[in-house]
Amino acid sequence: MTDTAPPVPSLWSGFIGIVRRDILLAWKRPGDVLNPLFFFAMVSTLFPLALGPSSEQLGSIGPGVIWVAALLAALLSLNSLFVSDFEDGSLDQLLLSPQPLTVLALGKAIGHWIVSGLPLVVISPLIAISFHMPDQSIKVMAVTLFFGTLSLSLFGSIGAALTVGLHRGTALLSLLILPLAMPVLIFGARTVSLSTSDDAVSAGIYFLAAYCMLALTLAPFATAAALRISNE
Amino acid sequence: MWKFFHKLASPPHFYQFAGKVVPWFAFTAIACIGYGGYAGLFVAPADYQQGDAFRIIYVHVPAAYLSMMGYSIMAISAGIGLIWRIKLSHAVTAAAAPLGAWFTFLALATGSIWGKPMWGTWWEWGDPRLTSELLLLFLYIGYMALRASIDDIAKADKASAVLALVGAVNVPIIHYSVEWWSSLHQGPTLVREGGPGMVSDMLYPLLAMILGFTFLFGALLLGRVRTEVLFRERRAKWVREMLLDDGGTT
Repeated sequence: MTDTAPPVPSLWSGFIGIVRRDILLAWKRPGDVLNPLFFFAMVSTLFPLALGPSSEQLGSIGPGVIWVAALLAALLSLNSLFVSDFEDGSLDQLLLSPQPLTVLALGKAIGHWIVSGLPLVVISPLIAISFHMPDQSIKVMAVTLFFGTLSLSLFGSIGAALTVGLHRGTALLSLLILPLAMPVLIFGARTVSLSTSDDAVSAGIYFLAAYCMLALTLAPFATAAALRISNE
Repeated sequence: MWKFFHKLASPPHFYQFAGKVVPWFAFTAIACIGYGGYAGLFVAPADYQQGDAFRIIYVHVPAAYLSMMGYSIMAISAGIGLIWRIKLSHAVTAAAAPLGAWFTFLALATGSIWGKPMWGTWWEWGDPRLTSELLLLFLYIGYMALRASIDDIAKADKASAVLALVGAVNVPIIHYSVEWWSSLHQGPTLVREGGPGMVSDMLYPLLAMILGFTFLFGALLLGRVRTEVLFRERRAKWVREMLLDDGGTT
């Protein structure tokens, strides 16, 4: 017998492995995916019911309402990002694995986005139609939500990693994440409202895309550091 | 020079040093705020547009400046604590947060009081600086909430330091994204090309107030860090020796 260690899988396979695992877990427990989606749909329904059915009013508040609902739905699902891994010990395995934790943290965040952010983007046109938003705004809404939910998953994973293992998680996570999410909300909702009056929207979309790139490059490092601290 | 800093990082030395510095800071703060407060309220001429209402600037501007200064101090000492693992700088971060939060609150309150006669409303969402100041307050609150919910001090230090750094990256982005809205706030008066846009009778009290508030902040911060250090090192030998030495009077 030789005492050489088994070959370490490549970075890419580590990353893909995490993403695939999280998608598979979500597939086996569809409630985790569907609950935030239903929450998103229901919160958006609350506003027309509370404010009355006037279609002009709905059209003008629509972008803001849908964005706030998406933000809250993302928070709701972020709360459980690391909890089940923490409880069954797989988080310890991630910390021990030969792959850099940053790459695995990126995988967790991307997996979370595919499972909870992307479905929001997909059903947002339905809700936008029910708010009588014009066609061009519906496209802008989907594009801004695409970048916005990805940034939220990435920044939110920092907060989720900091609060994992704490018993006061839910409200605390919102306190940590919401101020950081403000740029996404401001640019997302404002860009969509501008598009309803045919204004230029490219600046807002570029900003969201840039913010998303910043989150992609920096957030995994912070998440990895936070995970190590939380599991000392 | 370096030796001075190395010595300063040791808790007993810092405790002694800060104890000597605090009275000087406090004295300077009282002198500056005393002069600035008197000159600002009685000597400076009334503003030709805002009348006497502008005088709240002598509290508002220093408080707003210190709210950001407080966050910078937090972020820098959090970074130092994480990178070089200096325990003292974590104590500084922990002590700076509530102070910064109170100055942020003061800036918001005075801004709101100023807004009533000037803009006719207590609160104006269209004003970017007021709104980003509110978000800064939320950042402080999130930081303190995270700290308060972790019982182990060493872990709370590191976790909240990560949060402070992430927040520091975000502060400019939050500021500029809020600025993207249309602005009601008067433009910068103090720092701009061609020198400050104020007559010297108005300007000098303001500078004195800013200096005085800074020293006040320094005195309060050092005092808080001293108690924080004492609490963290309560089982250490030097604390017991010091207390026995002067019979518990310090």
